[in-house]
Amino acid sequence: MKKKVLTVDDSRTIRNMLLVTLNNAGFETIQAEDGIEGLEVLEDANPDVIVTDINMPRLDGFGFIEGVRKNEKFRAIPILVLTTESDAEKKNRARQAGATGWIVKPFDPTKLIDAIERVTA
Amino acid sequence: MDMNEIKEIFFQECEEQLAELESGLLRLNDGDRDPETVNAVFRAVHSIKGGAGAFGLDDLVSFAHVFETTLDCVRSNKLEPNQDVLKVMLKSADVLADLTNVARDGGSVDQARSAQLIRELEALAKGEAPPAAAPVAAAPKAAPVAAAPAPVVSDDGFVPVAFSFDDFGDDDVSADLPAYDVVFKPKSELYTKGNEATLLLRDLSRLGEMSIHCNMDSLPPLDQMDPEAAYFSWKVSIKTDKGEDAVRSVFEFAEWDCDLEVAALESGDVAEATGDDLPMQPVPFDLSALDDELDAPLGVVEEEEQIAAVQEAVAAAEAASNVVQMAASASRGAASDKGAAAAAAQNNAQQASAAAPTIRVDLDRVDRLINLVGELVINQAMLSQSVIENDSNGVSSINMGLEELQQLTREIQDSVMAIRAQPVKPVFQRMARTVREIADITGKSVRLVTEGENTEVDKTVIDKLAEPLTHMIRNAVDHGLEMPEKRIAAGKNAEGTVKLTAKHRSGRIVIELSDDGAGINREKVRQKAIDNDLIAADANLSDEEIDNLIFHAGFSTADKVSDLSGRGVGMDVVKRSIQALGGRINISSKPGHGSVFTMSLPLTLAVLDGMVVTVAGQTLVVPLTAIVETLQPDAAAIHSFGATQRLISIRNSFCPLVDVGRILNFRATQANPVEGVALLVESEGGGQRALMVDAIQGQRQVVIKSLEANYTHVPGIAAATILGDGRVALILDVDAVVSASRGQSLHTETSLAAAG
Repeated sequence: MKKKVLTVDDSRTIRNMLLVTLNNAGFETIQAEDGIEGLEVLEDANPDVIVTDINMPRLDGFGFIEGVRKNEKFRAIPILVLTTESDAEKKNRARQAGATGWIVKPFDPTKLIDAIERVTA
Repeated sequence: MDMNEIKEIFFQECEEQLAELESGLLRLNDGDRDPETVNAVFRAVHSIKGGAGAFGLDDLVSFAHVFETTLDCVRSNKLEPNQDVLKVMLKSADVLADLTNVARDGGSVDQARSAQLIRELEALAKGEAPPAAAPVAAAPKAAPVAAAPAPVVSDDGFVPVAFSFDDFGDDDVSADLPAYDVVFKPKSELYTKGNEATLLLRDLSRLGEMSIHCNMDSLPPLDQMDPEAAYFSWKVSIKTDKGEDAVRSVFEFAEWDCDLEVAALESGDVAEATGDDLPMQPVPFDLSALDDELDAPLGVVEEEEQIAAVQEAVAAAEAASNVVQMAASASRGAASDKGAAAAAAQNNAQQASAAAPTIRVDLDRVDRLINLVGELVINQAMLSQSVIENDSNGVSSINMGLEELQQLTREIQDSVMAIRAQPVKPVFQRMARTVREIADITGKSVRLVTEGENTEVDKTVIDKLAEPLTHMIRNAVDHGLEMPEKRIAAGKNAEGTVKLTAKHRSGRIVIELSDDGAGINREKVRQKAIDNDLIAADANLSDEEIDNLIFHAGFSTADKVSDLSGRGVGMDVVKRSIQALGGRINISSKPGHGSVFTMSLPLTLAVLDGMVVTVAGQTLVVPLTAIVETLQPDAAAIHSFGATQRLISIRNSFCPLVDVGRILNFRATQANPVEGVALLVESEGGGQRALMVDAIQGQRQVVIKSLEANYTHVPGIAAATILGDGRVALILDVDAVVSASRGQSLHTETSLAAAG
């Protein structure tokens, strides 16, 4: 069965790149534009793994991750943070919010798929 | 979708982000301190950087990075966004836009300028006053190219490191692979963050041959077990040529949430070590099982939960009440959580509802649709006409049906045109940049105020608006506004104001550009016009007429040729491009108080309301907007003037009579005015002319077909259209005909147009 990935990113460019990369790698991809939409589609999407940006309007990545972890059903889902920030402070905040791991932009398809494989069975 | 398409999307998005960036910065400049505004500005730069990184646009990334760092200081309240700071940021936004354009279209940017801005931004981020006080001229030519964008080593020590597993240990290919002992003890947080010990061990196993031992010593008795706690630890011996860093990097995501020891072993130690420390046999680790069993991400914990469930069942009797209580409180918690979430969602829904849903459509499709609707309008008119001609009895049901069809066609046309209508905002925003640049060059202090940015107009008009507007803004700042010292001496604010407004006025869009500068120096303009033989030395001109002289070709009153006027753009070019859009431009000026340029433009270039007239057997269309009134001339009102000129007296004032058929060379001799109809039109200079035509056929909306695109430019003719009977009719260029009547023949007008 195809693995389902929920991606949350406000940039149309990055959304399209994620879509192409993930579809090419054989994932099923569901996309949301910000944290609020991400939480809204979470139940229906029922993903196996989540990839999220940090800087987003309405609800940022930290808030989104906390929201997901509060959901009984998804509190242990792997969440990867996709962001340009690679400094320890931001990583740490993401981890405290409950992120599983991170992918440092610039966006690299290999790194993305690699990280997803690392956190999913 | 391929990478090129995504890149296209990226550049589209960049444009939006740049607009967002600029309007956000301008809001901050106006004193807006809403954190969300700062966030939006930050996000815009951040998004551009993110996308640019993906496409390897290094110059863009490095500049965006420095910009972002400084914005982050504003975001975290480390830097107060005062006027000086925002000045640097607005300039940086301009450079960012330039870099984006260069990345898309090629070309090069002003390296010295971006290097200078990078230094200013970095200084701001470090909490220094901008070194920018140095004027642009001082931007050192010696700016070392190496200091230009390329390397992104910002001073806060943030250096993005390219990281690849392939880099490790390539040089180490000895037969005896180094061995490592890894002790890995997860904490329960590791699981709550969605990490999984099994998966980490699987990753580790990919590095090389390994043996694994699971230590279950700390597993408590069943009745004391916390289903979500972490009790196991693993000891792994692995032989790998990838190096210790590779081993550690497997646990990259987990290092905060586990105890990890990695020890390098001397080769040969492995067997002893395992033999000594671990009485138990290595447990074979079958990874193939993972794919089937671990569909659910929390396999291990779930098993533990099951165990816990059994334990709960055993202790059920005594704990029954507890469980009920827990369940109740849990559901209460969940309910309140849900309530909060619902409220939050509602809030956001309210925010979101402010922006109506939109779709993106390829412009080509809309253009095609507009074209088709144009054909439909023509076809409907032809149909109506032929029914009227063939059906003298007038079968009412057919006529009624046709009338309804006409109405529907009109409505469809209006709706379709509305699709292509866009607010003038982007054009106005571009002007803000123009103002900044010219203010910099001229050393003047200028504030641009815009109004009515959301006024909508057809995209084809918008696209052609930017150029004349840019020239006019340049003129307003360069020639209109005085130097700060002069302004202060005149009792004005040192900072000049240029105001740009847009509004709808009777089916047209009116754009006004006003400045509070010195106004037009009429004496100077007059003298210049005399020197250039534009007017006779003793000509008696009204103030208005003098002001309008600046629209004449090659007219410039700037004493010195500055950078701007050196571009060789005069107001005549502006006027010509406005006219080409079917618009008019006027100036009114008050000495000491500034000037106002008023442009009136049609809302669309696709259709036009026109009066269909007959001239020498030809059918012409006169744009309705040009016509003030129509009248049947009385023989007594016609007066001869000079050899060939005639005037018509209308309500006690004289107005030159222009025979359209003569000007367009439709006939060799002047027509008798009494036999025709006079159309009173307003011309550019503000004066009125009476155009003589033979008869009026009626008013109708016509679809504009470009003559230039289909045939060639014809002097005195603006465009063509197809009438209901299928014939082509020419649309009159009223202003060209009026100026031709002043003695300048249509042909000189064209040659000037070609030169312009």
